[in-house]
Amino acid sequence: MTTATATPAGAGLPGAPAGQRGAVALRRRRRLVILGLLALLAVAALASLAVGAKPIPLPVVWDAIFFPTGTEDGIVVRSLRMPRTVLGIGVGIALGVAGALMQGHTRNPLADPGLLGVSAGAAFLVVIGIYALGVTSLFGYVWFAFAGALAASVLVFVLGSLGRGGPTPVTLALAGVAVSALLTALTSALVLADTNTLDAFRFWAVGSVAGRDAGTVVQVAPFLGLGLLLAAVNAPGLNLLALGEDIARGLGQPVQLTRWVGLIAITLLTGAAVAACGPIGFVGLVVPHVARSLTGPDHRWLLPASGLAGAVLLLAADVIGRVLVRPAELQVGIVLALVGAPFFIALVRRRRPASL
Amino acid sequence: MTTPRLEARDLQLGYGDHVIVDGLNLDVLDGTVTAVIGPNGCGKSTLLRALARLMPTRRGHVLLDGRRIDRTPTREVAKVLGVLPQNPIAPEGLTVADLVARGRHPHQAWYRQWSSDDEDVVAEALSWTGMDQFAERTVDALSGGQRQRVWISMALAQGTDVLLLDEPTTFLDLAHQVEVLDLVERLHTEAGRTVVMVLHDLNLAARYAKRLVAMRGGKVVADGPPDQVLTEDMLRTVFDLDAQIVLDPVAGTPLVVPIGRRHRALEVVAADAG
Amino acid sequence: MTGLLERPPGRLAGRTPVRLGPFSGVWRPRVIAVTLTGLALLVLVAAVNIGRGDFPISLAEVLAVLVGGGDEAQQFIVLELRLPRTLTGILVGAALGLSGAITQAIARNPLASPDILGVTAGASATAAAVIVLGGGNGVITGLLSAAGLPVAALLGGLFTAALVYALSFRRGIEGYRLVLVGVGVGAVAMAITSWLLVVAEVYQAAQATVWLTGSLNARGWEHVVPVGFALVVLVPVALLLAFVLGGLQFGDDTARGLGLNLNRSRGALILVAVALAAVATASAGPIAFVALVVPQICQRLVGSSRPPLLASAVHGALLTVGADLIARTALGTELPVGIVTAVLGAPYLLHLLARRNRGVTA
Repeated sequence: MTTATATPAGAGLPGAPAGQRGAVALRRRRRLVILGLLALLAVAALASLAVGAKPIPLPVVWDAIFFPTGTEDGIVVRSLRMPRTVLGIGVGIALGVAGALMQGHTRNPLADPGLLGVSAGAAFLVVIGIYALGVTSLFGYVWFAFAGALAASVLVFVLGSLGRGGPTPVTLALAGVAVSALLTALTSALVLADTNTLDAFRFWAVGSVAGRDAGTVVQVAPFLGLGLLLAAVNAPGLNLLALGEDIARGLGQPVQLTRWVGLIAITLLTGAAVAACGPIGFVGLVVPHVARSLTGPDHRWLLPASGLAGAVLLLAADVIGRVLVRPAELQVGIVLALVGAPFFIALVRRRRPASL
Repeated sequence: MTTPRLEARDLQLGYGDHVIVDGLNLDVLDGTVTAVIGPNGCGKSTLLRALARLMPTRRGHVLLDGRRIDRTPTREVAKVLGVLPQNPIAPEGLTVADLVARGRHPHQAWYRQWSSDDEDVVAEALSWTGMDQFAERTVDALSGGQRQRVWISMALAQGTDVLLLDEPTTFLDLAHQVEVLDLVERLHTEAGRTVVMVLHDLNLAARYAKRLVAMRGGKVVADGPPDQVLTEDMLRTVFDLDAQIVLDPVAGTPLVVPIGRRHRALEVVAADAG
Repeated sequence: MTGLLERPPGRLAGRTPVRLGPFSGVWRPRVIAVTLTGLALLVLVAAVNIGRGDFPISLAEVLAVLVGGGDEAQQFIVLELRLPRTLTGILVGAALGLSGAITQAIARNPLASPDILGVTAGASATAAAVIVLGGGNGVITGLLSAAGLPVAALLGGLFTAALVYALSFRRGIEGYRLVLVGVGVGAVAMAITSWLLVVAEVYQAAQATVWLTGSLNARGWEHVVPVGFALVVLVPVALLLAFVLGGLQFGDDTARGLGLNLNRSRGALILVAVALAAVATASAGPIAFVALVVPQICQRLVGSSRPPLLASAVHGALLTVGADLIARTALGTELPVGIVTAVLGAPYLLHLLARRNRGVTA
């Protein structure tokens, strides 16, 4: 994998032909990977529309989307399953891309977007919303969760940038651990003080795409869009940062700016995801490993592949959760861990995860 | 004197699927200073690690005083053979005296952690390298050369007859390189230690070692006293380097003067003109 | 080394010897001072903790009860309620502090804690299962709840650690793989926990949340005895094994060169650390930050290159009992102790961070 990362810029040097051939093969494979993931995503999306407590045949799904007639099945598809599927795709992409960004910036294969305190911050403000303001609708949680996610990550950035060194991956991770632990403790204190709060909170905290309507999708869409845009802008700079800060600086890359753009993108993406669905772990941690083993470490390919793979995984986990205990449902956060973890462990056992 | 202290017999070494050293034999006699030389990736550090039982052998084995090293309890080995790995890591905040004292580990037990023997030997090891004045400093506060001397003190404190040093002069300026190698020479002449070291600098190797072992592609290609090993032919086959050998005006040992591209061209021009 | 000598060796600065017959060691006054000060504070805080509460008892009366005096009510409150609770706190805190010190020394990483082996996650999932499904239909949960919550949590924690170890074993153990597998297994355990919280009745979810935060509420002698027994066995083993910790702090090659059997020493130390953490978690739930922060504080107090074991145990007990005192008395209602340790520990972690940052730029 490492030998095949020769960039086109290196082609002019003597001794390039072998590397060039490898690069062509890699480029072809990357295209195939993206196409393959798109195909998988289409299949997963169709399954997500068709499968559930009431299975609906695909032709009916088709008609319900493009020729709505108001049948009962049509309403189920249009008002319940479509928003849920769209949200699943959006959140999956967001978590996959954010995870890849996070691991790229920290150069730590264990880094998870949750490290920035996003989930803990969202949880804390949601609990405040329930406890103090009596908010109980999923629609109402979104803004609290998003505000909490943003506030916590700003706090983590500020604390992680103490001293003149500026934010480094290690100090950010440490600050994230500390802030998360503090907020989690305060969250526990609040939910223990009031049973009603606990009752409402535990259903949010498990992480689910169920019961979200089109309004939720509209609420978080702008943040997802902006986050993805920043991520795309960030990819080339991140490739240089992967060579080490000194080399990146030597090649004329503004290191601090690249870091901040990346951190803002991560915050927007994970903040929007946690606001819409509650804390969903594992996607951001596992998916980039899988994507990296398919595309190599070039972030211009890794980020899209990671996003698509995240969406596929999230939708698949959601569909499995609907089938497993029918007619009840298993929340997607739980299915993800139960299905994703064994896969992840198998991956870890097979070989070292591709280096960063 | 004729039984070797350390022997490698038909060694095959490697990492994963990659074979690095194959079919290698080597004897190290008591009280000798041997330098292993060779281009990057020729397997010299791998060989040294295997000699120090830091990595398992694929085939063949290493004998220490006639006993298979992998079948000797590792603490027993540690009383006879000390090793200074490349780029050793010091725990943060450790003082020089504490670090060197840890070299006494093979001689200690949970109830005997600082005997008067330990104290004498550590004090001696520190004064040998001139680091006794820094005993209370933390290791992170020292310069590169001082740090290397501390690690050598630790290897000395281990009190072993045989010392294996993996590039003891890396990251040191020329003056400090000479200082470290002077120390090695004193260990040999004054204390009768047996030393095997991996060195990059051929001229220093020729000056301080009585025996050079040149490796390429995981095999020994030349072995003997410096003036027999360091020849223009050897440099061409082992290092792919065109060089002239002159006599070191100070030590009388061979001195390598590399030619390089520009001067090779000049040589050709000169030959044409002549 | 005889023959090397040119001048007689002097005493080494900073390494004054203590010798008695075959025993010898280095005189480290700061280690002793920190340990003894911690011990004195621990006795004081424990006595205050026993005295404070809805039914206040003065320090003198507490001491009187402990040596057999006091009236009947005082005897009941001290001996049956507050003493066992405080003792549980002491023992659990000591176990966590020691476990953290060992883990951080082996891992050469100030952020390592026994949690990476999944002990806490496994114990939590099992405890939640017992609380939520308690005595229910399943064979395994039935057996576990029959055994009692602490035993079930202990088994769950140890089982998870063993699972992580087994799954990451592949021609030996590699630290990196161990951590990643630990993350995976931990995620499954946490998913099970959150599923249990969702399917539970609200009062069960509340009960489980208290346990999951780490609490000393209603701990009695039945909690003291097992932890005490475990510590009596594990502390001496840990102190004996500590002899190799100094060597293990170096890189692998240096440690092997010193004659250490890396796999065996590391394996034994990890086993002790896991057992200590599992026993502590089983008795009081996962109390945050004690295992992480206490060894770091003690290392700084002592000024050494690795966390001191005994001092970490003493200060772990001190932090836990002190936090419990605050949790019981500060707000009027009784908080789980884990909330207080997190609120105290998190800022300290941030303080470490700020100092380290300055150190890097200075």
